[in-house]
Order: sequence, then structure tokens, then C-alpha cells
Amino acid sequence: MPNATDTMPGARTYGLLGYPADLATHAGRVGPLPLPARADRDWGGALIAALEASGLTGRGGAGFPAAIKATAARGKGRGGTIVVNAMEGEPASDKDALLMIRAPHLILDGAQLLAAVSGARSVVVCVPEGRDHVAAAAARAVAERTAARWAPVVETVVRPPDRFVAGEESALVGWIEGGQSLPAFRPDKSVPLRIGRKGALVHNAETLAHVAVIARGGPEAFRSRGLPEDPGTSLVTLSGAVSQPGVVEVDRGTPLIDIVSRATPLGPPQALLVGGYAGAWVAPEHFSTPYASLSLRAIGATAGVGVVVVLGHEACGISETARLAHYLAGQSAGQCGPCVYGLPAIADDLARLAAGHVDPGLPARLDRRLSEVEGRGACRHPDGAVSVVRSALRVFATDVHVHSRGTPCVSWDRPTQLRFPAPPVQVAS
Amino acid sequence: MTRILIDPVACDAYGYCAELLPEAITVDEWGYPIADGEPLPAELVDAARRAARDCPRRAIIVQELRAGA
Amino acid sequence: MSSTSLWYATRATGLVSLILFTATMVLGITTTTRSRTRNWPGFAHQELHRRVSMMAVVFLALHVLTSVLDTYVHIGWAAVVVPFASSYGRFWVGVGAIALDLMIAVLVTSLLRSRMRPGTWRAVHWLAYLSWPVALAHTFGMGTDAGEHWVVALGVACVAAVLTALVWRLSVASRQRAARLAHASVGVVPPTHLVLTAPNRRSHRA
Repeated sequence: MPNATDTMPGARTYGLLGYPADLATHAGRVGPLPLPARADRDWGGALIAALEASGLTGRGGAGFPAAIKATAARGKGRGGTIVVNAMEGEPASDKDALLMIRAPHLILDGAQLLAAVSGARSVVVCVPEGRDHVAAAAARAVAERTAARWAPVVETVVRPPDRFVAGEESALVGWIEGGQSLPAFRPDKSVPLRIGRKGALVHNAETLAHVAVIARGGPEAFRSRGLPEDPGTSLVTLSGAVSQPGVVEVDRGTPLIDIVSRATPLGPPQALLVGGYAGAWVAPEHFSTPYASLSLRAIGATAGVGVVVVLGHEACGISETARLAHYLAGQSAGQCGPCVYGLPAIADDLARLAAGHVDPGLPARLDRRLSEVEGRGACRHPDGAVSVVRSALRVFATDVHVHSRGTPCVSWDRPTQLRFPAPPVQVAS
Repeated sequence: MTRILIDPVACDAYGYCAELLPEAITVDEWGYPIADGEPLPAELVDAARRAARDCPRRAIIVQELRAGA
Repeated sequence: MSSTSLWYATRATGLVSLILFTATMVLGITTTTRSRTRNWPGFAHQELHRRVSMMAVVFLALHVLTSVLDTYVHIGWAAVVVPFASSYGRFWVGVGAIALDLMIAVLVTSLLRSRMRPGTWRAVHWLAYLSWPVALAHTFGMGTDAGEHWVVALGVACVAAVLTALVWRLSVASRQRAARLAHASVGVVPPTHLVLTAPNRRSHRA
């Protein structure tokens, strides 16, 4: 487990990190679940109002306002399921795993509160295969809560496969329902997800933890941190060319370079990868950009799943992006032609570029492929790959120029600064 | 207002839709159709319905949009 | 209509529907080959499959109608769909009823295709692979014209057509699979920690 640092010194008003892992201490510190004897519509309305006032948005990548999602589930969630998404398929992310181990009761309390709002009868916690220590922590917490009759709605822990797209909402719900972890084609996202005949509401683990703290402490504490237009805190996993990788809790709106400084970079970063492996590269001229939705969007990035990777100077952004593209190509669900064929082709083009193959048609071909693949999958997976590759071509334009003249990448043979979960798969030639 | 949506999971690159509706559907280098999602001119709607019927995988969806929706 | 005319009509429509269903099978089996020429676009294959199948259903309906209306032998309406319920030619008429029942399932699901899951439609549609040989068995088992040389030749031709179609489909499918894998293993040889991935196309379809 990487080192984790606590909330910034002096910020005692709001935070997720610092809560206890066991139920007894948790109960002693925050009291019982703030549920009335019968959770009626007024109570549900009050909780939604608190979430709306807080301005909480999803911390799982989509950034959707939590209040709107809860309101939508209200009519359709009766008898359904709250799905706790702790899948964290992003290889560079540890925040949900950390939170599940350090403060599982926050996450589960958040799920119980949303279950009361929507009338759900089941809470299903999803931890992927292979993350046994995280699953054990979740199971331990669930057992404590069951023994203490802490929560009204039954909680179970399930283990979907450990793949990048397995945490996508519809893939997760599809797996729970029928065992197939495949994203669904959803032209109309307002149609709710279902498990059987009943509605299913999927929320990222960190988002649920925020719900639990806001429900008890009120929206003002959340708003006391961050920005008016993007309030509260976020967990961010820092990795790459740093000496203290790990998970930090930051105010939304903190400049990127300040966030990164908490991991002690080994030198001035060459670039930052923000949002995850399907996120976007950020050049030094934008290092002071605030970590907030609108500011990041203005530079072509998003907060994504709460990941910032530091690229050191000895590395080549094109080589690293070629590795990212190959990883993402391998993680395709295999359902949609443009993703299945387009991503390996794009990855191949990048590999040729990094290897210094002179190919005058490559830039135009790569650009065409990126435009054609974007938006043509059932899920956002190909879009993420396009985003990271496009940003690389922009941020590392000098390297692109050098490589396209025939100079192979010097860091082609050096170990990568990024982490990849499984050993590479040999091509079938 | 009518437009075409393609279900990318069902699509298996038969390409019949591109044959019937070349004005609105083109094909990428791997044979998969590209539809821009824009409203179709009225004279193409019949061809679009025919494409939806002929698709062996039923991957073409002809969607009626309400004005202002 | 005289019994003799009805009897000739039954035999004729029976043979014609067998030919038409054979053509339907061949067209359906070879859909996946994605065959197209400059003058014969791919969608024409699909439309022909549908139109021929509709004609086959019409001739099958006539075959059933004339066989029931013919009073020379008694085949009640029930025996049309309930296997082995006929007093005349119990076994082979029953075989015909089985083929008909299967074909009704295929027909109904195709008419209501948009209202069911693709997997369900597909599973029922594949019953055609069962219905057709059963229909063939009924044709020759009934025996009426089975002794005629031209009828035997017709039967052989139908079997040959379907088998050829199957062989063509399977060979095209394996070539398509190889081409798909080849798409990713292109030229560049990367260092060991950076390798190309083959597209993981899940083959959850036929």
C-alpha cells in the first residue's frame, strides 16, 4: 500500500481522511446513522436539499451533481439497489481502495442514506477480483454493521472481474444481474439502470463518503473548502516521478503544481497526466491551473477519477503514451468495432512514431483514426484513449517532430514511469 | 425530425446501411458505419427505414425527434 | 374442387415450398459471407432472403390447406400442428407437423423481432436448421412421388445446395477471423515491455 497523507494541516472543518475504520469508534465519533424511524418524503427531500446546497458532484469520473442523481432515483428506485462502485479500474488510482480500508463506514453510511431516499432494499459493494485486502476490509465492516444492527438495508460485497471497463455503470449493473461485465449501449442515459425489474443507482465510493459526512454535518462544512463553483475536497492519487507517491485529500481549486508538490517530485515535471490513463496530459505552462472542473476543461482536461501522474524529464511523453494506448486497447470490452480495431491501430501508430519509423502518412492517418474512433463506442472507453493521445500530440509536439524525422525515442528501452497492472500480452503473430 | 443512431454493440460491419444511404452513412477503414447523428432530409427517411429493416443485426435505429426536445 | 386436383395441388405445393425453403436456407446461411458485387449489393442478399422466405410460407400454407380440404383421406386441422394426430399416414404427416411447428416459431419471432431480445430471436431462428431437414424427411417419407427420379434428383440437389452453403460460410468465417487478428500484429517490433495487443473481439455471435 502506498503512503497516505492526512488532510492539510489546519483544515479541521471538513475531510474524509481521518475517520476511524472500526464501527465502535466510528459510532462514538459521529453517532448513529441520521435516519428517522420512517424515512418519509420530507426527510428524503431534506437530504437532497442538503446535497444540492453542498454542490457535491460525483468523484468517479463523470462529475454529475449528486443531488440530481438522487432526485432522479427517487421515483424509480423503490425496492431497488444502491451499487457502491469501488471498482477503481484505473491502474494509477488508489483512493477508493484506501478509503474502503480506512473509512468503510463512511462509504456504507452514504449508501444507506441514499437507499433511504430512493426506497432501495439492497446495498451491493463492488470490489474487483484480486483486491482481496480491500474486499476483506469491506466484508469486515459489513459484518460489524450486521452484528450491531447498524443499518436497515442489507449490505453485501461482490467481486466483479478486474478490468478497466468493469467499473462502467452499465457494465457493473449488467454483471450483478447476469454475470456479463459488458457496457451497454444507452442512447438515452435518462432511462435508469435496472437489476431485474428494479432500479439500480451506481455511485463512486468516495462520493458516498462525502454524502455521509454532509448528511451529518450539513452542507456548510463541505462548502467551507474548495471553490464556490466547485466546492469541497477530493481524494487524488499521486504517482510517477515522485518520491512520496500516495493518496492526498485536497481542496477543489488547488493549483495542480501545489497538489503535486505534496508527493515531492524528483525534479521539475516535464508534464502531468491528469484524470487517469484515459485523461489528458498537461504542459508546464498550465501547471498552475486550479484542480476544478471548469478550469481543467478550459485546458482540455478533467479531474476524472482523481489521478495525477508526474512525468519526469528523462522520460518521453510519446513512449509513455504509446504504452498507455496499448494498455487501453487491451482493455477494450471487445464489443464495438471502432474500439476493437481503432485502438490497437492508434497504439500501433504511436509505437511506430516512438520507434522513429519514418512514415509521412502517419500524422494524417493518426488524426483521422482519432476523429473516427471518438464517440463511436457504447461507452466512453475509446473517447478516453483519444483524449490522452490527442493531448500527448499537443503537449509533446516537439518530440513528435523529432521522432517523425526518424530519431527513435531514447526512453524506448527504459522502464516506464507509469504502473501497469498485468504483465503484457504477447501478440499472436 | 428523424435521425439515425447506430448501436455499436450490435453492429457487425455488414455495411448494408452504407449501401442504402450513402448520403448519410460512410464506412471507416474497418468497415464499420459512421453516422453523424444529424437530422435526415425528408427524402432519405424511407431509405433509412429500409436500412433499419435490412440490417442483419438490427443495429440501425431510426429515431423520431420531437422539435425542441 | 375435385379430390384429385387437390391431391395434385398438395404434392405440387409441397415440392415448391421445399425448393423455396431450401433457397431460403442457402440465402440465410450465406448472409455472414457478406458477399457483394458491383451489381448485386449486400442488402439485396438480405432482402431476397426475406422475400423468398415469404413465398415459401405462402406455398406451405397452400400445401397445408389443400391437404386438409382433400376429403379422399382424412387429415384434420388438428393434425396440421399436433404431431401424429392424423389417422392417415400418421407418422410422416406427424413429421410434417413438427416441421411446420418449428417454422411457425421462426415466422412469429421474425414478425415480432423488435419486441424481443436479440439472443432470443436468434436462438429461435436457428430452429430453421432443424425444421428444414425434418421437412425434407417428411417430403420423402410421405412417399407419394419419392420414387420418381426427378424428385430424388431434386432432393439431392437441395441437400447439396445447403451443404455447399454451409461449407462456404465456415471457410469464409475462418478467413475473416484470421484477417481480424492480423490487423493488430503489424510491422513494428517493440521492446519486451511494450507489446501490441490483438483485438479481443468476443465471439458471442455465430
